[in-house]
Amino acid sequence: MSGASLAIPDRLRLLRGANNEGVLAVVLLALIVAMSIANPAFFTLPTAFSILRSSIVPLIFALGVLMVIISGGIDVSFAAIAVFAAYTTVRALQSGTPDLGLIGAFALALLIGASLGVINGFLIAKFRLPTLIVTLGTQGIFKGALLTYVGSRYIADLPASMAQVSTTNLFEVSTPTGSAYLHILVVPAVLLAIGLAWVLRSTMFGRSIYAIGGDVEAARRAGIRVMRTQVAVYVIAGTMAAAGGMIYVIMGRSASPQILVGSELDIIAAVVLGGASIFGGRGSVLGTTLGVILVQVIYNSLILAGVPSAWQRTAVGVLLIIGVGIQAVASRRSSRASVIDETYQKQEVPA
Amino acid sequence: MTSTALKGPPSPVLEVRNIVKTFGGVTALNDVSLDLLPGEVLCLAGENGCGKSTLIKIISGAEKPDSGEIIVDGNTYSSMDPTNAIKSGIQVIYQDFSLFPNLTVAENIVLTSAVADRRRLYSGRAARPAAQAIVDELGLHLDLDADVERLSVADKQLTAICRALVSDARVLIMDEPTTALTHTEVDRLFVIVERLRSRGVGLIFVSHKLDEVLKISQRVAILRSGKNVVTSPAAMLDPRAIALHMTGQELDETRHVSDLDARSEVVLELEGLGLRGAYEDVSFTLRRGEILGVTGLLGSGRTEIAEALFGVVPHDSGVVKVNGTPVRLHSINDAIEAGIGYVPEDRLTQGLFMDKSIADNIIAGSPNEHTTRFGTLDLRAVRETIQGLFARLRVKAPNVQAPVRSLSGGNAQRVVLAKWLARRPRILMLNGPTVGVDIGSKAEILGILRAEAAAGMGIIVISDDAPELVACCHRVLVVRHGRVVEILEGDDVAVDTIREKVAA
Ligand SMILES: Nc1ncnc2c1ncn2[C@@H]1O[C@H](COP(=O)(O)OP(=O)(O)OP(=O)(O)O)[C@@H](O)[C@H]1O
Ligand SMILES: [Mg+2]
Repeated sequence: MSGASLAIPDRLRLLRGANNEGVLAVVLLALIVAMSIANPAFFTLPTAFSILRSSIVPLIFALGVLMVIISGGIDVSFAAIAVFAAYTTVRALQSGTPDLGLIGAFALALLIGASLGVINGFLIAKFRLPTLIVTLGTQGIFKGALLTYVGSRYIADLPASMAQVSTTNLFEVSTPTGSAYLHILVVPAVLLAIGLAWVLRSTMFGRSIYAIGGDVEAARRAGIRVMRTQVAVYVIAGTMAAAGGMIYVIMGRSASPQILVGSELDIIAAVVLGGASIFGGRGSVLGTTLGVILVQVIYNSLILAGVPSAWQRTAVGVLLIIGVGIQAVASRRSSRASVIDETYQKQEVPA
Repeated sequence: MTSTALKGPPSPVLEVRNIVKTFGGVTALNDVSLDLLPGEVLCLAGENGCGKSTLIKIISGAEKPDSGEIIVDGNTYSSMDPTNAIKSGIQVIYQDFSLFPNLTVAENIVLTSAVADRRRLYSGRAARPAAQAIVDELGLHLDLDADVERLSVADKQLTAICRALVSDARVLIMDEPTTALTHTEVDRLFVIVERLRSRGVGLIFVSHKLDEVLKISQRVAILRSGKNVVTSPAAMLDPRAIALHMTGQELDETRHVSDLDARSEVVLELEGLGLRGAYEDVSFTLRRGEILGVTGLLGSGRTEIAEALFGVVPHDSGVVKVNGTPVRLHSINDAIEAGIGYVPEDRLTQGLFMDKSIADNIIAGSPNEHTTRFGTLDLRAVRETIQGLFARLRVKAPNVQAPVRSLSGGNAQRVVLAKWLARRPRILMLNGPTVGVDIGSKAEILGILRAEAAAGMGIIVISDDAPELVACCHRVLVVRHGRVVEILEGDDVAVDTIREKVAA
């Protein structure tokens, strides 16, 4: 193969992205176009803003899960951590403590999330236990502890500082179909995404996460402090879950220990659809973001199409399996393709 | 007083004292002591499973010894950890490479040194020049942006070598670094080894290729069953002596081939097989009971021809006949159905279930060959096959229930061979069947191939190793630029002739 003829496949490879982000973007676009043709009500600024609004919390959760999945694990306890941290914080603020303000409230919640993350990280890194089992276990523990020690009451009146944010918009655009509002809390979600993308790409910590997900033993031999990195991953994931929980509570203007139940599937589906490998070592913030938006667009489309909500969950389940299926097929293809590639490449280099 | 009088012998860069290491009941190292001087290459030799890799892992901190100590730079460690080892300038090329399959070649090359420097930030763009420099220095054609999992074994090995060379090592340990390399690549590596030596770097080199060992090393330490039996200047040793120390037996590399009955039937026939750009017009026959050698430089197309016969690489012209009937070879399944087996080059990563037992791995490929009349698994036959092969291939393990992960590199390879023999294919192709196998066992494996051939199998051995081809092959094909350029027979099957034709 000559250099010139290599250029086109190479460029295609670049467009497709390391984790098929390009493919995902095309699918997303196609879906949006199809929905807009089928239902003109779909292609409006209010719909776009409302999809963005509904993506905020899933995106924050998904970013935490993404990090865990890249490191070769899986986290199903993030929703429990989110509820635990947010509900406990709201209870604490209510029960007499002076209003800590928004910053104080977040600081408290994040601290709680981080502490719960330490428990996950410690169990996983120290005893080398399977991550699915550990997080399934801690999920139950966190939920139980919350109900037993913190309370089970539904709280409808948030502290003033929190309630105020829930009605703040970043900006407002009036369109012929009505006013469109973009919620202020997209800002932290976007910042987190950009921040995590930077950490994963440009810090040694981020690269260590990929290395550990690729081969733990090789990482250990390369001098990467595997235990420390793993604990840090779960602490950050816990912190992000707590942030997501707080934002969820603020946007819903109420708190209850029953929220977010069962949202794990959507999030993991989004991350896997976004090209993260369930075997670890692969995944990107861009892909995850596209995956989250894709899932939200699909939910929205299904609602517009009048599909009953029970079936919506089925759809996400199907999506998850499609996502994993594509990965499996693609990896089988590429291992076959590489044999053939080599056949040609080797000719280039006369021995 | 002259300055030379002041200098005593140079002090060692690395000392290993009384290392003991056991795995469960198995003693891998039993009181091993060594020292490594600056500017020397010390070779570690010994049979498969004698503890070479374990010793290396202990020096690099990948394993903890039961007792003993490691002294680097005057610091004594009762057990090393990887960070300290790298900081003290110890770099290792592991037998299993220990690369990150999901990262690019460039990142694999630079990541370890970035970790050791305790850097906080990483820049992919800044990593490239450093990686490129070392790749150029070795004169390689590695695609720096390819993910390592997509590379061939040879390229993976080269990546591991580049990674070890990229930082300024004071001790460089190479655990069988040349198993997948061509002569040119080995020569280039040796030029670099000489250069490092003149800079005062101490090198430990492990290889089962004794000519390499004697060419590159100043001293040789021989381990047998976890004990250091001899350490001697290389000049005082020859392959025979090394083999004797390693195994306690004389080494036999003479030619033994059975007389082929001129009437024995042709089991495999290729007519003008080709794939544009890869190999062309390949025609040959293989008879029942024959051992046919295929040789050529890496990249000559010899592996592709074998893979085409196994349905992995396609062909766009020509016919393959098995027992006289044309067969379709579009997939591995087609090949297996036609009775063709293939032991691939990349045995350490292909086709072994590392966490399963030796027994499960041996039988994994051949449940259909071990059924009763009623189609159920014939447990007695299964047991016999497993025990028979385990004993015949002399796999070094406590029993057949041991997981493959706990085996030494050479022993894991024997399990792959056992797995294919259990299948009893009519035609068996082996790519480098004795790479990474110690010289004693090499003779045994060749013996097994001769016995299988005598029992009626047609065997194709793809190999670089001229003495090995001479020792067992009836005929040898030489492949160059994708074509069979020579078929050596009879007295032409000689080491010098083969080397000459390959290099021509
Ligand atoms: N993790 C482990 N668990 C159990 N046994 C092990 C483990 N690692 C190595 N061993 C055993 O220790 C012994 C020495 O193995 P080692 O890998 O050091 O051999 P080696 O000299 O490198 O052989 P080779 O030439 O085949 O690579 C072998 O008997 C092996 O089975
Ligand atoms: Mg070894």
